[in-house]
Amino acid sequence: MTAESIAGRPVRRLPRYRLRRNLNQASALAVAVLVLIWTLAPIYNMVAVALEKHGTVFTNDIWPQHPSLESFRVVASEDYWYLTDFWHQFGNSLYVGVATVFFTLLIGSLAAFSISRMRIRHGWVLSNTALMTYVIPSSFLAIPFYRIMQNYGLTNNLWSVIAAEVTFATPYAIFIFQQYSASIPLELDEAARIDGASPLQIYLRIYLPLMAPALVAVGTYALLLAWNEYLYQFMLLSSKRNMTVAVALAQFLNSDEAPWNYMMATAIIYAVPPVAIYYVFRRRMTAGLTMGGVKG
Amino acid sequence: MDATQLQAVRALPIGAAPALRVRRRAWRAGLLGSEFAWAIAFVVPYVALFLVFVAYPVVYGLWLGHSPSLYTELYSDPIYQRTVVNTVLYVGIGVNLKMFGALLLSGFFMRRGWWVKGLLLIYVLPWAVPALPTFISIHWMLNGQWGLLNNVLWALFGIDGPGWVETSRWLALGSVIASHIWKWMPFWTVILLAGRMAVAQELYEAAAVDGATGLRRFVHITFPLLANLYLVCTLLSTIFTLGDFNSVYFVSGGGPALSTHVLATLGIRDAFEIGRPELGVAAVMSALPLMIPLVILLMRKLRTTEVHL
Repeated sequence: MTAESIAGRPVRRLPRYRLRRNLNQASALAVAVLVLIWTLAPIYNMVAVALEKHGTVFTNDIWPQHPSLESFRVVASEDYWYLTDFWHQFGNSLYVGVATVFFTLLIGSLAAFSISRMRIRHGWVLSNTALMTYVIPSSFLAIPFYRIMQNYGLTNNLWSVIAAEVTFATPYAIFIFQQYSASIPLELDEAARIDGASPLQIYLRIYLPLMAPALVAVGTYALLLAWNEYLYQFMLLSSKRNMTVAVALAQFLNSDEAPWNYMMATAIIYAVPPVAIYYVFRRRMTAGLTMGGVKG
Repeated sequence: MDATQLQAVRALPIGAAPALRVRRRAWRAGLLGSEFAWAIAFVVPYVALFLVFVAYPVVYGLWLGHSPSLYTELYSDPIYQRTVVNTVLYVGIGVNLKMFGALLLSGFFMRRGWWVKGLLLIYVLPWAVPALPTFISIHWMLNGQWGLLNNVLWALFGIDGPGWVETSRWLALGSVIASHIWKWMPFWTVILLAGRMAVAQELYEAAAVDGATGLRRFVHITFPLLANLYLVCTLLSTIFTLGDFNSVYFVSGGGPALSTHVLATLGIRDAFEIGRPELGVAAVMSALPLMIPLVILLMRKLRTTEVHL
């Protein structure tokens, strides 16, 4: 068929396959728009409220009439009685996060090394208890955990929170380390051992360097877990100086007149670091987050 | 790091333990004296952590909630009865809607084109953002008088929307379920998407030659190959949702009039607001008859199937 004959014939309708393709495209776009609205609505709300001026929150605007960055300034300069310790609390969150990463990596990699490289006897019992701990929701352990910390006199102490976060991050670390180290040949360990390396040297010189990608993945996971976790921080921390941002943010909610614009500005400042880390490390932690990201 | 190592992380089968067993031992003749000491020393920190912060709280919790009178008190409490109904609805509806939506959307994200990739990056945002800020935002968004949702409803359709989390139990519970789905569906979509990508393209090509398209392709190829992954994900998601505290606590706060609590939040309320930890422990423990079979089933599934998470 030549182009001429197509052009010469009156076109009554599109060929079936093209109609179908167009229909397909159109419905895909419709789905995309729905997904976009659904996903972004709460985040849009967060930004819109944060851009309101103080006192104009209680209006029926869909977008603030006079958007301003005033609330971000107030939060950043701690210029409101509820926000006096904001950066201190931010530091607390960071402190808890970094300590959690350190201890999770240390305890997790030592245990995984012993179980999967040195093949300690009954190591499978340990890896099973780790898996079990990972599966059980942490909220089910919250009340006895709090009581125990109370007995130790560790409530309102950041270290009790760090202990909790490490407890719930380590099982996952062991799990990933074991899986990952299966791709590292055991012959390396054997060769080092024949050359007279002690287990500690093998762990430090061979195991850890080769495990770097898994360490990054698990480290990021632990950092996000500690930063995002709420329940244990809420239970264990009570004084303003010892709070993390998460607890302070939730406390806002219980105050009599909740300053929603300040609250949402705080929420955005709190949410930006983990989101940035997530998007930067997204590819590295595919294993990390996919399996572990579920625990809230 | 280079791509092969990444690939290795990504394609790790969960059931790798049996495969590990056939490999040779590094310490072939068993551990010698000092090495054995090292091996023990390496696991001591984890064992200590487990004993002090997991085993001890579990035993202590069992001891706190051992008295049968606590359970008779709970069962005669109308708030508790409502809570059980809520928990069943929340988990049953929430998990299934979420997983089914994730299954469908993972198919959608298999489409080619740059804008689908871009959309996926935005779509995973709820999962990347910490739970607390977004749930607080949703709580305010659903406010009857000043919330964004009702403002939009009024602007677009002239409808005066209800107070979603303040007036009725069912609206509030529905809002909580929707928030939970909003937060967690992206995560499961990504998992199922990875599962779909692992299906060999040749199968689809062969099926296309035989004339199978659309729905039949899904029924005869995709679903049988994804079924196991779907089941494991559903089990895992059920357990996690059962312990989910944040969605309920921040979106509805258990209200109106304590009518939308689930077991996880009721336990915390009993322990910290009423000051009766043993009652809270009992409320949480009453979920164990559902929880323990699920955990056992899941552990067996994880051990025996090669699920790529």
